[in-house]
Amino acid sequence: MNERITGAEVLMRGLVAEGVDRVFGYPGGAIMPVYDKLFDFTSSITHILTRHEQGAIHAAQGYARVSGRTGVVIVTSGPGATNVVTGLTDAMLDSTPLVVITGQVSVSALGTDAFQETDMIGLAQPITKWAIQIQRPEDIAPALAQAFYVASTGRPGPVVLDLTKDAQLGLTSWQYTPCRFVRGYLPKPVLDMEQVRAAADMINAARRPMILAGQGVALSNAEQLLISLAEKADIPVACTLLGLSAIPSGHPLFAGMLGMHGNVAPNYNTNRADLLIAVGMRFDDRVTGDTTRYATQAKILHIDIDASEFDKNIRTDARVHADASEALSALMPLVDKAEHSSWRRSFARHAAAEQSRVVAAAVNPPESEPLLNMHQVVHCVSEHAPEGAILVTDVGQNQMASARNFRFSHPKSIVTSGALGTMGFGLPAAIGAKMGAPNRTVCLFTGDGGFQMTLQELGTIMQYGTDVKIVILNNNFLGNVRQWQSLFFKNRFSQTPMLNPDFIALARAYAIEGEDVESRNELIPAVERMFAHHGAYILNVNIDPAAMIFPMTPPGESVDTIMLNQNEYY
Amino acid sequence: MQQTCLYTVTVFTDDQVGLLNQVSIVFTRRRQNIESLSASPTSIPGVSKFTFTCWSTLRMMEQVVKQIEKRVGVLKAFLHTDDDIVYQNIALYKVPTRSLVDNHVVEKILRRHNARILEITEAYTVIEKTGHNDETRALFEELMQYGLTQYVRSGRVAVTKDAAEHFTAFLEEQRRLEQSQADAAANSNDN
Ligand SMILES: Cc1ncc(C[n+]2csc(CCOP(=O)(O)OP(=O)(O)O)c2C)c(N)n1
Repeated sequence: MNERITGAEVLMRGLVAEGVDRVFGYPGGAIMPVYDKLFDFTSSITHILTRHEQGAIHAAQGYARVSGRTGVVIVTSGPGATNVVTGLTDAMLDSTPLVVITGQVSVSALGTDAFQETDMIGLAQPITKWAIQIQRPEDIAPALAQAFYVASTGRPGPVVLDLTKDAQLGLTSWQYTPCRFVRGYLPKPVLDMEQVRAAADMINAARRPMILAGQGVALSNAEQLLISLAEKADIPVACTLLGLSAIPSGHPLFAGMLGMHGNVAPNYNTNRADLLIAVGMRFDDRVTGDTTRYATQAKILHIDIDASEFDKNIRTDARVHADASEALSALMPLVDKAEHSSWRRSFARHAAAEQSRVVAAAVNPPESEPLLNMHQVVHCVSEHAPEGAILVTDVGQNQMASARNFRFSHPKSIVTSGALGTMGFGLPAAIGAKMGAPNRTVCLFTGDGGFQMTLQELGTIMQYGTDVKIVILNNNFLGNVRQWQSLFFKNRFSQTPMLNPDFIALARAYAIEGEDVESRNELIPAVERMFAHHGAYILNVNIDPAAMIFPMTPPGESVDTIMLNQNEYY
Repeated sequence: MQQTCLYTVTVFTDDQVGLLNQVSIVFTRRRQNIESLSASPTSIPGVSKFTFTCWSTLRMMEQVVKQIEKRVGVLKAFLHTDDDIVYQNIALYKVPTRSLVDNHVVEKILRRHNARILEITEAYTVIEKTGHNDETRALFEELMQYGLTQYVRSGRVAVTKDAAEHFTAFLEEQRRLEQSQADAAANSNDN
């Protein structure tokens, strides 16, 4: 009982007590006592040494998103800490539970511009759910317990624990109590049955209802409930980018993806529905387009765990303040069986039009077309991918092409940087996703630009033998910017062409196999080899730089103003 | 466009370093100019109170309050208009003594404004006035004629008019919640 241990050991034992068996990180001066203690804990905690702290935090995000567990990151002070700032922001905006431990200089050196000192708490507060500096070893255990509680409950998010050297090195006794309560923090709202009844009445009265499913569905494991409710009341389900895979792509009620590059039917019908049922989504501007012309004809019912999202972007008519799973289970018995066949047929009509006017030619271009486009590559990879594969994307055209064309059969199957749109997210997130779901195939689609932002993580793949399938959709351009330059800036390609290295030679330097794909007849055999191969594999696919992602709602336009190509609107 | 008016936001927090910064950046991020601010302990140990005033719209302030409440360490935030609260500011004015004496205005000013003198030296006089903004402002304007050299006004302090004590009730509720969580944890350990 009187045993005295260092703060660093408290941290290690605390991580074990929280059930952590994997952490992502990078050592350095101000966190060395922790790394030294980690050396004694390697049988219970596997540390993944990435090649950059940004890689560590994005890997932890990928890990958390597919496993439902809290991702843990350990980095040093100063540059180590500032290198996780992008990932913290990304995790905050995309509601990903993380506990990030940063080293910090000694208490006596705080505020003196000491070597590798930075005001991490000041930096982290606006971009985290909670950030706290720890100065004494006895404060580590309660702070760590609270960190896991805050990160993983309510609307999840990242937490920073800034551990001074004094806290790491000082002695204290071991005592650990998991946190179940923080005064003033109410992660689980008390369900208000009045709200539920009002919501059910709205749903029962609706003739043209549509469900908008966001990531809140996956975060509360409500996928099956959502599907059952949609089936009972016969309601088409559209997904946000992060909501994808809440319902299988092949489900008859799946209406497609919402947003700027989403599907025609749900975007168009947003302005035709009489009721929008938003579940765990937040009406991001990429989903709504011009908010003054968004669903003005419809009633809006908003189900969310975060009360600050209500009426933030879009005025709602009714709200249920609860997590998606609780709200949907309460709604289920109150919602009548219904049929909305003519409304559903309108979705099918728009989908068929999108298929014939946009998708068919993209996925299956005429034989005479010499160059590959992203849609056909994603389509082909998705068709060959094993059951239950996870899609990881980077940001840009590759992200939209893969979100549009990848077919999902299992829940929690998409990992992408939604709100922040962080280029360079893809490769490290794919590594983390594979570690979080080792039995599932992980397919990464990335652009040549984004890939080069974090390609040092090929070293991590090499060191840990991580089996990720990497498809570089290589157009030798910053494609997404190029598309905007084409459409809105008179084809002035300012700073978007890129001279790229030989990616396959680079892969080989990391002992990763791969091949170039130049043309259509090379594509299928290459994809087959990629999936047949045990271990990581890279396809560097040469893509037509002029090819664009359509449909597209131009920025600032209403959600049902949909370009089908450069010249034609829906 | 919604109407703007002066709102008072009171925020109860744990007594912890850095919370004032976290709360005030919620205003600044939404480009809301904080008109005044005061921070103080409360009658409850370990609980601090911040009082902000801000010209804004109801819709904006409702969102700001919800965002403030999301911060861990913030216990509860309330939004008020002037009708809901009893409030005061305090203002200090430094004026050259000679100009007050020469003009024979000291008594008139003190009576009319219900102000008082805190210190008199040969060189200067310090006058104190508590009241609402328009009242402290009126004295400011009058003293400008007599060569006012310094003026400072505190942030607003306010208490609610409501007979019910919502924050105390909230704390009670939190204590009950904490106890029931602890009981649940103890029970699950037994099994
Ligand atoms: C870190 C970061 N910097 C800049 C951007 C802006 N941006 C968005 S998409 C894009 C182009 C991406 O090009 P590439 O990675 O080649 O992918 P593609 O669009 O061609 O698929 C850029 C520069 C961003 N999202 N993130």
